[in-house]
Amino acid sequence: MASLSEEVLLVVKKVRQKKQDGTLYLMAERIAWGPEGKDRFTVSHLYADIRCQKISPDGKAKVQLQLVLHTGENITFHFANESTAVKDRDAAKELLQQLLPKFKKKANKELEEKNRMLQEDPVLFQLYKDLVVSQVISAEEFWANRLGGVNNTDQALYNNNKQEVGISGAFLADIRPQTDGCNGLRYNLTADIIESIFRTYPAVKQKYCENVPHNLTEKEFWTRFFQSHYFHRDRLNTGTQDIFSECAKQDEKGLKSMVIQGVKNPLLNLLALDDNTLDEGYGVCSPQPSTSVANRTVKESSNSAIIKRFNHHSAMVLAAGSRKGETLNDQGSETSSTDGNSRDSDCFHPPVKKAKLQEATEYDDLQGENRPKTVPLNLKKSDRYAHGPVPLQSHQYTTSQDIINSVNYIHHEMSNYKPNLTQVMSSTAASSAIAALSPGGILMQGGAPQAIHQMIPTDIQGELKHLYVAAGELLRHYWSCFPVNTPFLEEKVIKMKSNLERFQMTKLRPFQEKIQRQYLSTNLTGHLEEMLQAAYNKFHAWQTRRMMRKT
Amino acid sequence: MKLNIEGLLVYFPYDYIYPEQYSYMLELKRTLDAKGHGVLEMPSGTGKTISLLSLIVAYQSAFPLEVTKLIYCSRTVPEIEKVVEELRKLMEYYAKETGERNNFLALALSSRKNLCIHPEVSALRFGKEVDGKCHSLTASYIRSQRHTDPNLPLCSFYEEFDAVGRQVPLPAGIYNLDDLKDFGKRKGWCPYYLARYSILHANIVVYSYHYLLDPKIADLVSKELAKNSVVVFDEAHNIDNVCIDSMSVNITRRTLDRCQNNVDTLQNTIHNIKESDAAKLKEEYRRLVEGLKEANVARETDVYLANPVLPDEILREAVPGSIRTAEHFVGFLKRFLEYLKSRLRVQHVVQESAPQFLKDIFEKVCIDRKPLRFCAERLQSLLRTLEIADIADFSAVTLISNFATLVSTYSQGFTIIIEPFEDRTPTIANPVLHFSCMDPSIAIKPVFQRFQSVVITSGTLSPLDIYPRILDFRPVTMASFTMTLARTCLCPLIVGRGNDQVTLSSKFETREDIAVIRNYGNLLLEMSAIVPDGIVAFFTSYIYMENIVASWYEQGILENIQRNKLIFIETPDAAETSMALEKYQQACENGRGAILLSVARGKVSEGIDFVHHFGRAVIMFGVPYVYTQSRILKARLEYLRDQFQIRENDFLTFDAMRHAAQCVGRALRGKTDYGLMVFADKRYARADKRGKLPRWIQEHISDGSLNLTIDETVQLSKHFLRQMAQPFRQEDQLGLSLLTLEQLESEEMLKKITQIAHQT
Repeated sequence: MASLSEEVLLVVKKVRQKKQDGTLYLMAERIAWGPEGKDRFTVSHLYADIRCQKISPDGKAKVQLQLVLHTGENITFHFANESTAVKDRDAAKELLQQLLPKFKKKANKELEEKNRMLQEDPVLFQLYKDLVVSQVISAEEFWANRLGGVNNTDQALYNNNKQEVGISGAFLADIRPQTDGCNGLRYNLTADIIESIFRTYPAVKQKYCENVPHNLTEKEFWTRFFQSHYFHRDRLNTGTQDIFSECAKQDEKGLKSMVIQGVKNPLLNLLALDDNTLDEGYGVCSPQPSTSVANRTVKESSNSAIIKRFNHHSAMVLAAGSRKGETLNDQGSETSSTDGNSRDSDCFHPPVKKAKLQEATEYDDLQGENRPKTVPLNLKKSDRYAHGPVPLQSHQYTTSQDIINSVNYIHHEMSNYKPNLTQVMSSTAASSAIAALSPGGILMQGGAPQAIHQMIPTDIQGELKHLYVAAGELLRHYWSCFPVNTPFLEEKVIKMKSNLERFQMTKLRPFQEKIQRQYLSTNLTGHLEEMLQAAYNKFHAWQTRRMMRKT
Repeated sequence: MKLNIEGLLVYFPYDYIYPEQYSYMLELKRTLDAKGHGVLEMPSGTGKTISLLSLIVAYQSAFPLEVTKLIYCSRTVPEIEKVVEELRKLMEYYAKETGERNNFLALALSSRKNLCIHPEVSALRFGKEVDGKCHSLTASYIRSQRHTDPNLPLCSFYEEFDAVGRQVPLPAGIYNLDDLKDFGKRKGWCPYYLARYSILHANIVVYSYHYLLDPKIADLVSKELAKNSVVVFDEAHNIDNVCIDSMSVNITRRTLDRCQNNVDTLQNTIHNIKESDAAKLKEEYRRLVEGLKEANVARETDVYLANPVLPDEILREAVPGSIRTAEHFVGFLKRFLEYLKSRLRVQHVVQESAPQFLKDIFEKVCIDRKPLRFCAERLQSLLRTLEIADIADFSAVTLISNFATLVSTYSQGFTIIIEPFEDRTPTIANPVLHFSCMDPSIAIKPVFQRFQSVVITSGTLSPLDIYPRILDFRPVTMASFTMTLARTCLCPLIVGRGNDQVTLSSKFETREDIAVIRNYGNLLLEMSAIVPDGIVAFFTSYIYMENIVASWYEQGILENIQRNKLIFIETPDAAETSMALEKYQQACENGRGAILLSVARGKVSEGIDFVHHFGRAVIMFGVPYVYTQSRILKARLEYLRDQFQIRENDFLTFDAMRHAAQCVGRALRGKTDYGLMVFADKRYARADKRGKLPRWIQEHISDGSLNLTIDETVQLSKHFLRQMAQPFRQEDQLGLSLLTLEQLESEEMLKKITQIAHQT
């Protein structure tokens, strides 16, 4: 059994699935369940296919774990071992919780990409519906070809630096508290939100690592988090028993250090803005009321606390988004600014400052055209650049001299042209021929294009279009197998042929019948059938040749 | 390109020119020709600075005897540096076109904090500390003491400059602050003193307003600048407040306590000196008898910029006998101090004029007007004689003496208000004596009198006629220029009501109204969903913003906004706000988009530009009226009414609208830029408010957009933003809002250009 070679991370006995007792296995890459006494798995899913897991509420009699797959399917496991059911379940849950995010990224990424492609391209979407949903070909086959390009280009990027996804500015707002009906609030936390919180507030993460699971359970931790003033941002008097009071202090420190670090862009530094020469005591404005903090009302200081928090929050969100790339730089500047007086960092300023000043004094529209300084392309043979390499074919090859000669020749011919008036048609014959070829003439009665337009109802037209697109797609797959030179392609060609046949049976035939039912005389599907026939012919030809070679 | 401005050859360092730049130069030249003053309003981002510099430099080259110097005053340090960079561009163009470097010397001057290169001194964070430390190293008597005691610390840069720096003038060229520092480092000279010395013979000086308007500094720095200079005040929409600030004094109990310490120190020092070196005091006495004659001679020969604090008659007289000896003077200070202390002990608000104050002081402690007037001078002399190194420590007593001189010199234009407590906290005693200047013309008068041409210019000076009135001068040119646009890249909208028809307004009665606050929130929320990149929102005051932000937080509006953009908020702390600003720009830069909540009249609204994607929309929540309950403001309004016949409401509206225009103008910095300007207050629709907006904004407000609902605003904005997002190329502008030389010289265009300037 292949699965035996896999690493089994957790085995839970007495787990029911569809009212059948069995054993649940959590392995390195997949989760599997086999009924008792049998050595094969009836249920087996890759972690990458799992969208999320759900557990039954604590109070319920049945202890269950539900897996939701990306396809929308659900699988429910019922932990039936009476004494240790909850423990078993939690163990499985914990492990899954760790494992799922690892696979999730990849799955999500692909899924997102597919989703995006389908959404952006209605034709593709229709095709998907026609071919995959109606099960003409499988989803994998469908994407195998499509995503090829995407994956290949992405893979390179994906491997060396996958792009960090930023954090929504409003992630805390997304945790909408809901009343649960009995004097309580329920917060919905997802792994994403938790990650956002951790990334934005490293202090909380630290607390989490310190306290969970030795001091608090995860649930307790988050409950406290939401109860604390730390979460409610108009906090003022952070109680000492609150484990988050330290976080608040740390944040404050962080904010302060950010402020002390100062700004890099000298044009934004409000402290250096004024050429401050007005001494204390001069000027109209009375001394700032904010200097006397003591007499500020509670409301006022809570207001200013909110403002501070917002600035801090936004800064942290922004930093979390760009942390990866910039940590190194930041470290560098931090050390340089902390180890000495702030003036020292002035040495680094001038280039930045100069550039900023230049930028600020530039009027790009007043400057001449030479403003985008492009590097002129230095070409030795410009026609080579314009046309690219052309395979040399001896008999078609013409030198430019030849072309010039022939042009001259044509010129010459044209100038010497004399109509041979003795052999022209008579004018009556000519005009009757023109009449016959004009719209409405004898020769033009057969297939007037707009007639079809009018004759056929639009829904049939649309259907026909879809059929064409679908057939085109299938045929593309089919023809792409030729020349058949690998066993894989052989296999594929056969599969594709059967796909085509299935398409003809399930899609084209009903359509033809429908047309016949509506007594539309014109043969709309003729061309489609021709195309399919051509494919079949090719297939037969290939097959007979193969047979011959075999024999 | 080379332009012909009414016969003057002007080098303009670009291949193209905006029509309004040409028009601006025309007006400017007329002002210079007439040797008079001018008020010019030109929209931000239309290249005001470069036009100004091009023309004046050309004028200086053509008539070197008539205009010897350009004194360019700007408000902030970055602005100053920008001006110098533009000048550098111009000079490079000159060199390229004429093939030779002209021998122009242009430099920027800033405070020691921005110029010092002494390793220890420059490490200090605050300007005052730097000044004090510098003084303690470079004061003349410190240096003379060093002859006897060579172990005293010294500033090698200053010594070096003092030894050789003055003989060789600074070579011609353009010196920004950093260039000066580099030069100073190379030569080992102090850049600050070098710059201060060099402005005397420089062709162009760029520095901050204070060096010309604040009498305390102007006296030190700008006294000897040539009379036939051209002075330019850029970003001058706030110039009256700068004038007033430089002449006003606030005295708190803390000031008096520190002053008391100062006086005690003075007394002790005098006592010590008397025992050791009585001759020094005698020498001082002799000098004081001689009087300030020298200064008087200088002023009469018109070498010096007049110091408004030091009126002419003082210069003619000797210091009165009663305060001539050091001990007497300290006694005099003590008495004055005690008097002030007693005045601060009041239980109710007192408001009086300067003559009333003088009368009272004479009755109570028998202090005459005359010695009071000499107080500032006398103290300076004493501090010099006593060889006190750290002047910064004596700021309190200097403040008091300045106050004494001012209060005894001016019988008009000032008011004294003593408040025993702050209005908001009537239970906490915090007495303050405000000696506040109400007449900005006092501080600026010497400038107008001394220099042949003074140009006041800004993006927002409307209504133009008010500035000559409050600054008391007669301009020869007054013009407002429109912005020629190939596409209407600004979209002013007045939002008067919410979707539920609630009137939007920040007026006092509805300030706390939850419906208004909610609607403001909805407006911001809706805009955050449709405007790309950055949005800047301005509130009328900090407290108002705090309240609104708090209730938005409670209502969950902010959370919804956060789904669209990050939120950054201005705080009273400048360092914190700087950080928020940088993060804001970062968020705009990386495509996340952000909202900056800020305050009109705040630092951000005055000094930070939000070009291109840093500000695609500005929302002005409410009309930024100044806090009208302040007694100082009331006194000023009264004064304006009595002296200049400006009605209170006119002035208040003018003041509010110029700040509103400043705020919304922040987002639009050029013709390739574009931005929404949302005025979220019904009152903006009224003719008296709308009419006070600059013309270049006003002419784009259509009658249809005077009282919009939020939904309508969103629709219009969407439409505008979609249009603006289309590619905009140079060809689209050419011939309309951007001209080549040929186009400029065509007859038809010249005719059009004459319409750009709107004379009043």
